[in-house]
Amino acid sequence: MTIFDKFQTLAANRAELLASGINPFGVVIEQICSPTEGVVNGHPVILVGTNNYLGLTFHPDCIAAACAAVETQGTGTTGSRMANGTYTGHLALERELADFYGYPYAIVFSTGYLANLGMLSALTGRGDVILLDADCHASIYDGCRMSDAEMIRFRHNDVGDLEKRLRRLGERASNTLILVEGIYSMLGDRARLVDIVAIKDRYGAYLLVDEAHSLGVLGRHGRGLTEEAGVEDRVDFIVGTFSKSLGGIGGFCVSPLPELELIRYATRPYIFTASPSPAVIASTRAALRILATHPELQDRLWSNAQHLYQGLRALGYTVGPEPSPVVAVIMQSKAQVLACWHYLLEQGIYVNLVLPPGAPKGACLLRCSVSAAHTSAQIDTVLAGFAALRDSVLIAQEAC
Amino acid sequence: MPSYDSVLKEIYEVLQPFAKEDQSLSEETELVTDLGLDSIQVMELLLQIEDRFDVSIPLNIMPDVRTIKDLVLQLIAIVTRPQ
Repeated sequence: MTIFDKFQTLAANRAELLASGINPFGVVIEQICSPTEGVVNGHPVILVGTNNYLGLTFHPDCIAAACAAVETQGTGTTGSRMANGTYTGHLALERELADFYGYPYAIVFSTGYLANLGMLSALTGRGDVILLDADCHASIYDGCRMSDAEMIRFRHNDVGDLEKRLRRLGERASNTLILVEGIYSMLGDRARLVDIVAIKDRYGAYLLVDEAHSLGVLGRHGRGLTEEAGVEDRVDFIVGTFSKSLGGIGGFCVSPLPELELIRYATRPYIFTASPSPAVIASTRAALRILATHPELQDRLWSNAQHLYQGLRALGYTVGPEPSPVVAVIMQSKAQVLACWHYLLEQGIYVNLVLPPGAPKGACLLRCSVSAAHTSAQIDTVLAGFAALRDSVLIAQEAC
Repeated sequence: MPSYDSVLKEIYEVLQPFAKEDQSLSEETELVTDLGLDSIQVMELLLQIEDRFDVSIPLNIMPDVRTIKDLVLQLIAIVTRPQ
């Protein structure tokens, strides 16, 4: 017996994948030409799996801000804010995030993953209860595991199931934290936030909403589902990321509650890691300004999302439950999804492959994410690729 | 307080559809090794047990659950715990 025995199943699955001649988890984007175009295996591809919702990764203001920060502040901070000092940019970004949401308090983390780890591990502890939506992201599950709280799942977006579980908790409902997402990352559906907030208020629980995929995507000002649902004054914590709509890397939490400032002193994923680099902070600040002042980006994003979602439905594909910039195409089997993913890549279309247990209910997905930077012609090309896929691969498979 | 045997009987009923055709279940049957349940099936199993016993099962107990007997004992502890 060795420490590597537990990897045997993983090794067998990997060997099976490589034997098929397809390595979907080893894709190298040899050139990244724009927010929507790259080169893979020497061929140009349209990128439809980036989470680059507003297409800001190449925005000249973001690039200029990052370059200027490198020139004046260097390449990295070389340590944590607690031990090695806070840069003025960190404070400025926290203030700008707080102002953007209209909350008094904000903390910046080094990644979105760490934001969930940091918040959940510090916020909840022994004797507390976490009620999380079954479809929550891995970073939420991992953050819960790092706390000593009791971790209970409720059925995805099932408000009745959530209420039933709160009722079972009795008096413990008041030290319960409910966790949901603005847009769920795999199927692209929204949390039923109005109903969830009503239940949370009724039982005196707390609510954290992860807006990783909904910042810049939902709400008139791009503040996410909490804004769209009109419940910003009734949510306790909003977590988000800089790595999607803001085109950088990092994460944050904002809150109306002053206790957020105490969490800064108790959250190990914040204390014991290097703070975001000056370039990342600068480009994120620039991106946040663009997000807040250019609502037409969100309009374009939704136009593209509707275009792709409705187009795929018209082609006969089974897609996620509602139109969204995350467009999931649900496939029948692992073999089928692998063949389809590979076919699309050969047609110059890069989407995300999701194998069990990566998606809810063990589904196999071709996960597309749309950008405001996609042109209508690019979406048409993607749809043409899916049409060819249906005619060349899927119909042939059905005939077998 | 439910008896061990009554809970065991109900767990057998819930688990039977997860078992292979000619597989007999015992208290020592292991959920992952013997029944071959993957993580998604374990979650589905928990949901069914929660509905049947009208309880919420914390995921924290799962590292301590290897066999059907482990599951029964954990479930009795949850059912009898004061709110």
